Amino acid sequence: MSWLTPTMRDLLLEALWETALMVGISAAIAVVIGLPIALLLHVTAREGLSPRVWINRPLGLLVNAARSTPFIILMVAIIPFTRLVAGTSIGTAAAIVPLALAATAFLARLFENALHEVDKGVIEAARAMGATRLQIVTKVLVPEALPGLIAATTVSLVSLVGFSAMAGAVGGGGLGDLGIRFGYQRFMPEVMASVVLILILLVQGLQSFGDWLVRRVSHR
Amino acid sequence: MPDLPPPILSPASTALHMGAAMRDLSPAYETTAAIHLDGLTRRFAAGGTLALDGVSLDVAPGEIFGIVGRSGAGKSTLIRCVNLLERPDAGRIAVFGQDLLALDEPALRAARRGIGMVFQHFNLHTRRTVSENIAFPLEIAGLSRAEIRARVAEILPLVGLEAKRDAWPAQLSGGQKQRVGIARALASRPKILLCDEATSALDPETTAEILELIRGLRDRLELTVLLITHEMGVVKAICDQVAVMEAGRIIEQGRVFDVFTRPDQPTTRRFVAEVIGHSVPPSTIARLPPPRAEEIRRLAQVVFAGPHSTRAVVSEASRDFGIDINIVSGRVDEIAGEPFGVMALAAYGPAAAVEAGFAWMRGLGLTVTEIEA
Ligand SMILES: Nc1ncnc2c1ncn2[C@@H]1O[C@H](COP(=O)(O)OP(=O)(O)OP(=O)(O)O)[C@@H](O)[C@H]1O
Ligand SMILES: [Mg+2]
Repeated sequence: MSWLTPTMRDLLLEALWETALMVGISAAIAVVIGLPIALLLHVTAREGLSPRVWINRPLGLLVNAARSTPFIILMVAIIPFTRLVAGTSIGTAAAIVPLALAATAFLARLFENALHEVDKGVIEAARAMGATRLQIVTKVLVPEALPGLIAATTVSLVSLVGFSAMAGAVGGGGLGDLGIRFGYQRFMPEVMASVVLILILLVQGLQSFGDWLVRRVSHR
Repeated sequence: MPDLPPPILSPASTALHMGAAMRDLSPAYETTAAIHLDGLTRRFAAGGTLALDGVSLDVAPGEIFGIVGRSGAGKSTLIRCVNLLERPDAGRIAVFGQDLLALDEPALRAARRGIGMVFQHFNLHTRRTVSENIAFPLEIAGLSRAEIRARVAEILPLVGLEAKRDAWPAQLSGGQKQRVGIARALASRPKILLCDEATSALDPETTAEILELIRGLRDRLELTVLLITHEMGVVKAICDQVAVMEAGRIIEQGRVFDVFTRPDQPTTRRFVAEVIGHSVPPSTIARLPPPRAEEIRRLAQVVFAGPHSTRAVVSEASRDFGIDINIVSGRVDEIAGEPFGVMALAAYGPAAAVEAGFAWMRGLGLTVTEIEA
């Protein structure tokens, strides 16, 4: 372990922190914005609670457009927007903008699927009991979909870890960036190996935690 | 749901133009029925078949009214019209005289609280416990926590679920789940209970239990129950009135005892045969001795109901008309406390005597249906 100098250890820890920051913040943004989008898509769908094609169609197209643009292109394409939001186009803060955008679109679709999985019968029962549309959304749809929503968030967290490695390209830092700079460019395979190991552990941890949480909240 | 056509102009919606006071004072219909359906029509796809083809129906207060029909007959569509989960294209719906199609959204939601509904697949919230499921209709009605707790505690024993109050639906048997469904439907003290195939997912024993529970609750809470089923056994077990549906129409309707003992339509006869089991296997018919020369053999199913159900009809006919009667099968049963008997008879004798014997039986009010041999 001679390569693991205090300096190298600090670098690894800092990179881990940056990754956590990028993943955590963009995931939080994605959940906060993605859920309302998913609800809107679900509710305005043709068979939804209040069908509105003129909302559903354009919104669906927008989400798909964001989803089908390769991340690396998205990142470059929205640089002006990034600069506007983050005040800069490089660094961890700047990386969060495209990450959050991609994750929002991704998560909105996954959330929409989770909402779609909710038993139509429960919704119908709520209607029969005189529930308002808002009550159906807040007291039936979201609570019943919760395990699915958590599972979707887990999936997107894991993907975000991967995307955040790419964010090194705009000087976002993080583990991926460290692996490239030291492991590849300075030919330090030990660094590369430890970066990969940390990433594996991180993904494993996130997945296990997500699965545990899903099990905890679902009572099927 | 696609955009729905506006409901046709009904008396109450014309009354809207006469001012709110007028509307509030005058009930929509002069009807004593708990549920009054008039000329309901529903077509799902343009050019498609009619799911409801002019259905009219009155359910008296306190009655358990059954609707039977084969799959696709339109039963679910009909029952879903009663709380407007489904809007008919035309027709009128009045619940205790209130014209549902004339209500705006908030008024309709309020009306729905007075109409409980139970579903085939229970439709419970998976992430709410038994108590929380029962509390749901009270929560959305805006009751306080204390009120909700009190009401849930009151209703749990009615359905025998005190011990399961904190269980999750996934931990319950089908019968227990349906008890929760029933408790939830009754939580907001509705006067009407709609059951869409409430026992179709249950085994026969549990079905009997749930039906008994529904009947008991009807008596205690003075409910009016409209239930749909494809099993005649359910009708026989608890209904007072029955209507038979086919292709979106009601083809026969009446008191359960009358419909069972004197079915008119072929479809009804097939349904009734399910429970009463009139049919004689062809192999049994084949084994019956042929008639002697100059004589005929007639096979008939005879339903004994009412005052003659205990009379010695067979021996009287045999003696008075000089015919031989072979009882191929027979049983006595009871519907809604009234006894009746069903027999398959093979009558042998001169044609005129056999005809006269059957005519005499019909004259007594028995239902005699010839079986093709
Ligand atoms: N939402 C819908 N969209 C289109 N067609 C429908 C819809 N609901 C019912 N139908 C059609 O209407 C007819 C009556 O259906 P309905 O569900 O009322 O029958 P049912 O008597 O309840 O049958 P089952 O015993 O199978 O439940 C059927 O032909 C069915 O295909
Ligand atoms: Mg049905």
